[in-house]
Amino acid sequence: MTELDQIDRALIRATQAGLPLDEQPYHRVAATIGITAEEVMERLTRLLESGAIRRMGVVPNHYALGYRFNGMTVWDVADEDMAEAGRQVAELDFVSHCYHRPRFPPDWPYSLFAMVHGRDRDTADSHVAEIARVLGARSRSHLVLFSTRILKKTGLRLAP
Amino acid sequence: MTMDPIDRQLLQDFQRDLPLVARPYAAMAERLGIGETEVIDRLDRLTNSGAVSRVGAVLRPHTVGASTLAAMAVPTDRLDSVAALVSAYPEVNHNYQRDHRLNLWFVVATTSAEAVHGVLDDIHQRTGLTVLNLPLEQDFHIDLGFELSWT
Repeated sequence: MTELDQIDRALIRATQAGLPLDEQPYHRVAATIGITAEEVMERLTRLLESGAIRRMGVVPNHYALGYRFNGMTVWDVADEDMAEAGRQVAELDFVSHCYHRPRFPPDWPYSLFAMVHGRDRDTADSHVAEIARVLGARSRSHLVLFSTRILKKTGLRLAP
Repeated sequence: MTMDPIDRQLLQDFQRDLPLVARPYAAMAERLGIGETEVIDRLDRLTNSGAVSRVGAVLRPHTVGASTLAAMAVPTDRLDSVAALVSAYPEVNHNYQRDHRLNLWFVVATTSAEAVHGVLDDIHQRTGLTVLNLPLEQDFHIDLGFELSWT
């Protein structure tokens, strides 16, 4: 776990809703937290290198771009198969998130989560079929939960 | 929403590696062969239209504070009110209705694991419903952005 100091946290708070669309966005951020623009850029570089920030860039809104079929696929994979299975599913280019989460059998035996997105249901279904093919017999059962309504979405933020 | 090839290039080619230079939009403009002001104007328009969520950082989960995925089986006639109650927490940053008995799925992110549990307990107390807590045990994904298709 990366150690973040108070200035790193202030920097994340100041930028988590987006950088200013201004000619010198890092200078603007620097002014709000009371450090220099050079320090803002150095700290962001360090946070990227440490992995605390995964990437910096244009963050598309998939739903607004027509990806209306967002399926949360969940798979019952044995614990001993999880590491390899998770790695293989994560490598599929249409999987946007791939996580191991706890299971609560018998109602919820699913421990591998992978998000798939499609502009139409057929595409989303074909992505699910591809994951099923990759997992083979290691998946004992699975479900696809499509989102029927987005009630709130702000992206991962440092909470208040 | 109409997007021309330059909009699409902005969305596809700059999901990562935003230049860490004094004038990042000028650096992007140079690669696109357009002016700095046009890059800023386009990003402003794409943000306002909703095609772009933001221009900035995507954080690794649990880098700052703690978070979890939670699920609830909400009776259909209570779904709207329970969904509104959940969405009203500033700590809740995603909330989706999904087609399953567990029909409400949301992410709670805050400063510590204790604070996450506090929010889940509070929701449980206020709704009388069970809240399933599904925290991340391992993240397999290497986030390089998402390949968009335009067909």
